[in-house]
Amino acid sequence: MTGPTRAHPWMANSAPGMLEAMLAEIGAANVAEVFEQIPPEHFRTAPLRLPPQLSSEMELKRDLLAKLRKNATCEENLSFLGAGVWQHHVPAIVDEIIGRTEFATNVWGSLQSDHGRNQAWFEFSSQLGALLNLDVVQLPVYSWGCAIGHAIRMAARKTGRTKVLLPRLSDPERLSVIRTYCQPQEMDSAIEIVLIEADAESGRLDLADLKAKLGADVAAVYFENPAYLGTIETEAAEIARMARAAGAETIVGVDPISLGVMTAPGDYGADIVTGPVQPLGVHMNCGGGVGGFIASRDEPDYVHQYNGFLVSIAETVQPGQLGFGLACPHQNSYGQREHGNDWTGNSTYLWAIAGAVYMSLLGPEGFRELGHLIISRARYAAKLLAEVPGVRIQWPDSTFKEFVVNFDDTGLSVAEINDRLRARGIFGGKDLSGEGLGLGQSALWCVTEVHSAADLRHAATTLSEVLK
Amino acid sequence: MTRLPTFHAAKWDEPLVMDMGRPGGRGQLFPAPEPEVAEAVGQNPVPAAMQRKDRPVLPEITEFEAQRHYLHLSQMTLGMMGVSLFGTCTMKYNSKTSEFATWRPQIAEVHPYQHPDTLQGVLEIMHDFDGILQSLSGMDQFVFQPGGGADAAYTMTAVARAYWADRGQLGQRTEMVTSIQAHPCNPATAAAAGFTVINLPLEENGYPSLEALKAALSERTALIMLNNPDDMGIYNPEIREWVQAAKDVGALCFYDHANFNGVMGKLSARELGFDACMFMLHKTFGAPKAGGGPAVGAFGCTAELAPYMPAPVVVKQGERYVLDEDRPKSCGKIREFWGNVPQVVKAYAWARAMGAEGIQLASDISVVANNYMDHRLSQLPGIARSNPDVTKRRMEMTRWSLAPLHEETGIGTVEIANRMADYGIDPWWMSHEPWIVPQPFTPEAGELWSKEDIDLWIDVLAQIMQEARENPELVRTAPHNQPIAQVKGDAFEDPSKWAMTWRAYLRKRDQAAAQGAA
Repeated sequence: MTGPTRAHPWMANSAPGMLEAMLAEIGAANVAEVFEQIPPEHFRTAPLRLPPQLSSEMELKRDLLAKLRKNATCEENLSFLGAGVWQHHVPAIVDEIIGRTEFATNVWGSLQSDHGRNQAWFEFSSQLGALLNLDVVQLPVYSWGCAIGHAIRMAARKTGRTKVLLPRLSDPERLSVIRTYCQPQEMDSAIEIVLIEADAESGRLDLADLKAKLGADVAAVYFENPAYLGTIETEAAEIARMARAAGAETIVGVDPISLGVMTAPGDYGADIVTGPVQPLGVHMNCGGGVGGFIASRDEPDYVHQYNGFLVSIAETVQPGQLGFGLACPHQNSYGQREHGNDWTGNSTYLWAIAGAVYMSLLGPEGFRELGHLIISRARYAAKLLAEVPGVRIQWPDSTFKEFVVNFDDTGLSVAEINDRLRARGIFGGKDLSGEGLGLGQSALWCVTEVHSAADLRHAATTLSEVLK
Repeated sequence: MTRLPTFHAAKWDEPLVMDMGRPGGRGQLFPAPEPEVAEAVGQNPVPAAMQRKDRPVLPEITEFEAQRHYLHLSQMTLGMMGVSLFGTCTMKYNSKTSEFATWRPQIAEVHPYQHPDTLQGVLEIMHDFDGILQSLSGMDQFVFQPGGGADAAYTMTAVARAYWADRGQLGQRTEMVTSIQAHPCNPATAAAAGFTVINLPLEENGYPSLEALKAALSERTALIMLNNPDDMGIYNPEIREWVQAAKDVGALCFYDHANFNGVMGKLSARELGFDACMFMLHKTFGAPKAGGGPAVGAFGCTAELAPYMPAPVVVKQGERYVLDEDRPKSCGKIREFWGNVPQVVKAYAWARAMGAEGIQLASDISVVANNYMDHRLSQLPGIARSNPDVTKRRMEMTRWSLAPLHEETGIGTVEIANRMADYGIDPWWMSHEPWIVPQPFTPEAGELWSKEDIDLWIDVLAQIMQEARENPELVRTAPHNQPIAQVKGDAFEDPSKWAMTWRAYLRKRDQAAAQGAA
């Protein structure tokens, strides 16, 4: 029973007499007096109807757990879902560090009182820069799609052009975000989106179509490596060369988890690089684990187009000591409101710390081992699934951790198959059949280091059973 | 006077992680592919053209070294472990009960594309929290996709675009009207969305005049974006007339409820006439800020605007919760998936733990506490309250100015903020740009901090102001008890010196050394 006089554990001044003591000091007769600025007719008339208070920690915990127990997880089930959020192993140290209250609750202090956090941020950018072979990495924005949106707008400002070329086989989730950033065509400052066809044999970008659509009005060419449907773009350097010849920027999206075994984008001519931060030590969090990075070469023309926080190392007044601060702070919206580059605000900076810890744990050999393990198991999984009658793998020899599984010959829809798999504790890949990609009844399966060879055999066996 | 703390921050003289370790050191091992896997796929399935040849220059350290290093860095972050009256951000206790709940696999290891049947718990929480926000605001539907307050403002501009496009007026409705005092995210997101921004100047009463607003409004106005009260702690009593004036020209009205803490449970955005509003869950609703996200700007609007919201929307059908993606008039996605779900769960937990009575009490406490702080601060010579013509009691925060002390001693708000950390007090919030109030600082007590915390904070400020008069050099060169000394600012605008990565730093250092040697 909660009595009206019990203090709330989260409010020191709810202890008996505290409000009255402060009111007495300020010479106010009652609480209503401190709200004297608000005209009486502005106060709400509708009663506040909220569920009953759960004032004890015990009751609150019970309520939360009772609800959360209704979820089924990728830990208890065998999940092959990816497409923007992927199940990777999260080292325990990462969770310990980002759970530290100093990191979890802080907001913004001075460059000295925030020194440890700023160093962790700088170490995120530095280690990611080492994976990308690029010198500038901004703190992450809200998501990969948002990072691509900002990168396109950077390119448009830098080139003064208003058209961008994107792969037709793009993730509709990311593409929708990108369309938002590029604005509807009715807006004067809209950026036109033109889609580049895919090569049917490989799923890679159709270079002939790219060549036909590249012109003096194109601000940027965007492609992913590996791409939405898992394919590795082997012609990356050629695409960048073609874009440069047309005066356009090359924007690449990469999965950082692949960079222990795949060529760094800085080495094949990418001008601006984006990617997801969630694979770097962040739990899927029901999609709440996403963030997106933006990186580039260290040239003022690029640096001056960033929208957010660029953490730079700097000397302190004490000789030999290094600290950190923000480079070019006046170009963002905090410095220049509507004249800044796009906008910035709270973002996903805790994930930068997760990423810093994660990358320092893996090191060069960890990334190499991990990349090798993922691509090996994913290819193995594809081979096993291909042996199931009625199942076909699209582009079996050109993918990294995700691949397209086609079920047309089973006579069943992906939805039906996934329902049957789910009843046996398997979450099948993302259903692509409604995405207009021309792939029929296909699903995008994702295999990572969390899937053992035995898991993969179990999945293939179960699939063949449910298709009978 | 309270006894002031003798404080010194942890000072580990910690190296950069890139400078640690030894060749071959390992912090995390992965198994080799199983023999049957290797046999099936070969030794290197990566296409030859894309095989990485170089070795990424990453640290090679042990698991313990990584743990110790980042624990050291956390210890060198003051992070609200002192007293943080950081105005405009409403520093709250972030419940570990809810934090730990979201670390469970039922949130942490859940994928947003799972079948809704496997997500009924989290969908129920989001649906119930939507209902809580509906009651607090009077709006009809909320979404949680925006990744922060600024992203919620951006959502509003995208919703406005879809709303006007649907009426065939997007080519005509090209302007957004706001106050020069509004948070920068409002004009910045509107501009990024393609609108022309009209900033209204302030009058002596602290807010723009109704006449200025009416002069700015026209059939070109797509929307207005307002916060109220503002960061001065001033409430615009003409807000209803403002909304009416905007509606008279057909414009949409967005309430940036960033400063909700002092009015929660007392005002309803809908009753004031607004079409849409946003709440910052990492601020007002007790979810952690995490040094700048993951955050949530919960965006809510009327049923009339709801078709234009970003999808998906969580809805209840019978006893089942589903994600409604089939919204043909939607503005499109603002961000992938449905939002920072763990933060939504924490905000739900906060609202449940507070209840209606706790929320009402918290707004009472936050406004009374700020007035208590105002009362004590007004007795300190050398500082002045913003907008001296506004004599009524301020809301949950007040902007102050150190201009008198600055004139007297040369010590300003930046120096004092630096010095506060020497006492274990988190440096204060000054002001967003532009600095209309000279040498600004903006404390906000909220409902978390005790009267004793507030007294300590003011006593430390008084002590530093005394230092500024007696020994200004001590303050000018502060901090002295922090992990590092003042950072030199010359690198931040200089392409030959700025370095956003260690590799850039090493390259520029070597270049500078070579030039020095030449």
